[in-house]
Amino acid sequence: MAVKVLKPGLSTTVQDLGRPGYYHIGIPISGAMDRFALRCANMLVGNKEGLAVLEAVFMGPELKFSDDATVAVTGGELPPKVNGEFRATWTSFKVKKGDVLSFDFLKKGARAYIAISGGIDVPVVLGSRSTYTLGALGGHEGRKLAEGDTLKFGKGRGAKEGRTIPEKLRRGPGSPAELRMLPGLYWHRITADAGKHFLEDTWKVAPEADRIGYRFKGGRKIEFVDRVPPFGAGSDPSNIVDACYPYGSIQIPSGTEPIVLHRDAVSGGGYFMVGAVISADMDLIGQLQPHTPTRFMAVTMAQALKARRDRAKIIEKIRNII
Amino acid sequence: MAKHILSPLPGTFYRKPAPDKPNFKNEGDLIAIGDVIGIIEVMKSFNEVKTDQAGKIAKFLTDNEEPVMAGQPLLELS
Repeated sequence: MAVKVLKPGLSTTVQDLGRPGYYHIGIPISGAMDRFALRCANMLVGNKEGLAVLEAVFMGPELKFSDDATVAVTGGELPPKVNGEFRATWTSFKVKKGDVLSFDFLKKGARAYIAISGGIDVPVVLGSRSTYTLGALGGHEGRKLAEGDTLKFGKGRGAKEGRTIPEKLRRGPGSPAELRMLPGLYWHRITADAGKHFLEDTWKVAPEADRIGYRFKGGRKIEFVDRVPPFGAGSDPSNIVDACYPYGSIQIPSGTEPIVLHRDAVSGGGYFMVGAVISADMDLIGQLQPHTPTRFMAVTMAQALKARRDRAKIIEKIRNII
Repeated sequence: MAKHILSPLPGTFYRKPAPDKPNFKNEGDLIAIGDVIGIIEVMKSFNEVKTDQAGKIAKFLTDNEEPVMAGQPLLELS
């Protein structure tokens, strides 16, 4: 049960739901940038929700199957083709031994999740099959796929062809994308005007945005409240005494370009954080293409928790449909 | 219908290998399959755009340093 990588795409990695529990010693949580899409892809092919799949960013790989399997592609609109014939996204389809799975140009979103019945079978490292490329940890040899690689997949029950997620339950960012955020501990470091500008301005995703962090450009410069730097903090007004960086935290080095830390982020450092994107919206960030206009919207903790529950309800609904 | 070379990736399009170097290709040039016509910068990496068609470049549809989306036409062949 294997696939051979004929073409790797731009940066295709093995991911599951992630590797929580080691962030305090500097090993990030990794896992899919859009975990909702990963869960859906797995459910469509009859897998447990957290099995390992392929995450392809911007460009799909080309894979040759050495055995029959059920496949589903979710997340960004990256139209799959079997031996050159189009298949629907968010819908299960069969591939036969010898078939080649390839992809058309990306139509929407940024990352596609390719689930294969049985799941991608790479060794479990610290509780997860996710790839953390910077640390050369997990996944397929700790790196993105390369031409000529062979990936094993497990023996799955598979699923019927045509199993699908209704369109209204799928999710992707609008334009402008709206990211809800909870203002944080260091909000007092910026001026009242700067806080207003941060939320009013339309930012644009910088091309260098990746699994480590999403950088945004184009908003007004953030001005800081004057202070004498505390012992241990650097001299730049955006510096703090080193602190933990939560997943989703938004730092603005020197007040210029906000960076939202994502699945492969560093776990601490010396930049202030204006707040954190709420967990319910982190999946959306994984689907932002470069240059996508984006707004940050402040919410309360109660709203953030409600949004999290609402997302959980949608996943429950999909479980019931499938 | 005119033949186009499409961008395989979203990002920023560059027509030259470095700011002080000449363009990879210019209007009127003949191109063969596999020729590099530009670079797309995305996720801190620079990716060569290779042609999948041969012909003569009628005009570039995307300028140097312009943002592009995947599937956007970069140039037209005559």
